[in-house]
Amino acid sequence: MSNTSEAVRGEYVEIALAPATPPRRRPKRGAVQTAIWFVVLLGFTFIVLYPLVWLFFATFKTSGEFGQNPGMLPETFTLDNYIKVIDGIAGVPLLRFFGNSLFLAVFSVIGTLVSSAMAAYAFARVKFKGQRVLFAAMIGTLLLPFHVIIIPQYIIFQKLELIDTYVPLLLGKFLATEAFFVFLIIQFIRNIPQDMDEAARLDGAGHPRIFFSIILPLIQPALVTCAIFTFIGSWNDFLGPLLYVNSPEKYPLPIALRLYNDTTSGSDLGATFAVSFLALVPILIFFIVFQRFLIAGVATQGLKG
Amino acid sequence: MTTHTESRAGENISAAPTGTAAETRSPATAGRPRKNAMTRRDNRAGYVFLLPWLLGFFGLTIGPMAVSLYLSFTDYDLFTAPSFVGFDNFVRMFTEDPVYIKSVQITLLYVLVGTPIKLAAALGVAMMLNYRNKGSAFFRSAFYAPSLIGASVSVAIVWRAMFAGDGPVDTTLSSIGINIGGWVGNVDLIIPMMILLAVWQFGAPMVIFLAGLKQVPQELYEAAEVDGAGPIRKFRSVTLPMLSAVIFFNLLLETIAAFQVFASAYIISNGSGGPAGMTNFYTLYLYKRGFADLQMGYASAMAWVLVLVVAVITFILFKTSKNWVHYTGENR
Repeated sequence: MSNTSEAVRGEYVEIALAPATPPRRRPKRGAVQTAIWFVVLLGFTFIVLYPLVWLFFATFKTSGEFGQNPGMLPETFTLDNYIKVIDGIAGVPLLRFFGNSLFLAVFSVIGTLVSSAMAAYAFARVKFKGQRVLFAAMIGTLLLPFHVIIIPQYIIFQKLELIDTYVPLLLGKFLATEAFFVFLIIQFIRNIPQDMDEAARLDGAGHPRIFFSIILPLIQPALVTCAIFTFIGSWNDFLGPLLYVNSPEKYPLPIALRLYNDTTSGSDLGATFAVSFLALVPILIFFIVFQRFLIAGVATQGLKG
Repeated sequence: MTTHTESRAGENISAAPTGTAAETRSPATAGRPRKNAMTRRDNRAGYVFLLPWLLGFFGLTIGPMAVSLYLSFTDYDLFTAPSFVGFDNFVRMFTEDPVYIKSVQITLLYVLVGTPIKLAAALGVAMMLNYRNKGSAFFRSAFYAPSLIGASVSVAIVWRAMFAGDGPVDTTLSSIGINIGGWVGNVDLIIPMMILLAVWQFGAPMVIFLAGLKQVPQELYEAAEVDGAGPIRKFRSVTLPMLSAVIFFNLLLETIAAFQVFASAYIISNGSGGPAGMTNFYTLYLYKRGFADLQMGYASAMAWVLVLVVAVITFILFKTSKNWVHYTGENR
């Protein structure tokens, strides 16, 4: 059991990360060519990561330096920006915004995992009437611009007096509305050999048991991928809370950032940068820890789509 | 199979308490039409597992789509009952609303110029990474990072600061003699700046290209070399056809995503869509019409035009893909 689990997990990551064909003798690269390759890519890396590194150092600049010193390094290092922003804005402490974002992200992850795994199991392992049509419909929603539903959804939630609650932001997650995750888990389940659930079926296990004791343990890598993407998606979401959350004490970070960013009220660039950077930190940590899962998820999605 | 089903039926009843209620059935029906009982059980299990998705699909997707379709033929301000106006909203959009026309134009410009550049960058860098295995994982990760955060408010704020007058981009360009001042307030440069922000996020399609490149059989290149093909010929005759399915996939997803750019335009223009409407992208204008002006009928009509455009583009891509997408082996 654990062997198979390992194998599936391994395969999943390998599909995307290793050459599909066994390493072949490639033409020998000269040392000079390799050096050029390396230098060019390092140059690209510098350009691509420059905005982030620039932001990081900008958070330590004094307010007088903005507009004077466009360079990366601050003339005088100061922690003032961070000290200033702890108090928050609009009477709400910064930690509260973080807490709100975290709350939304965690429940988004729970809802998405439960509902998407269930739907994926139904599509991948159960034969039922209307399956083809529903599957096609699910794939169709992958491409649907979601702006077509924000207005009616807003009207519905407004009639239900759920504006300024988190319900509109979380309900969809518990109902698997993001087809991408259902699809990703389906692809993963399809790679698991059917022998085991057939054996379990012959032993009298019903679908719930097969789902919980065979499929769920084996799809953990896919679930991790979905969890991270959901977390990051929720953490970055701007339009949702912009529409539904009105009270500052309920603001998640992106909306709170808008307050800092609002130039009409004479924004403090140092504070804005500090909060911007802090808002990115959890994502960057997630990225550094889980990058293999993320990249494998993106790659498999593309190859089998 | 036949011998097993007998014991299965028996065990199932004893297992019922731990399973769902759906599994309990009378022994009388369990015996004879086993196949039917199994199908029925599968049917029920299928719908039980699918229940959350079904609720979401009908309650939060199909239902709202129908409502939105209806609203697109009405005037509706959220507080008084919608009044039916026929095709008025659609006619008004294309004949009496220059802001809408402008919004369509800049959105098309952004999508049609930005997406190919982004994909070209993604493919180019993927090919560079594919040149050598050792060390490429580090670069792949570094290049992928912007895709994760690119749509965030933080990045929009940084981007604006980077391209502001006296910002790092402007001063660097000035130092080599190109004096343009800030990009943000510049009517001609704000869209290139937004496109650069999109191109900066080339990492996600790059990862997909790279995975595709690794599946191209090396023999094809060797054979091409034997036939005397140079690098350009190899790219055109081996890489492109072998990657066409992946290119198709990336093109479809990136085009549709580009139509929906919102948060960065909102933040960079402080919600105004300025300067001179040059960041008033389709979805931002839709948002302003729907939620600032409370013209929900009009905004719904706009949303449906977007759906139709996306549907048409998807359809065209799928239709033409037969001519240029090359599937190998069991990939259908």
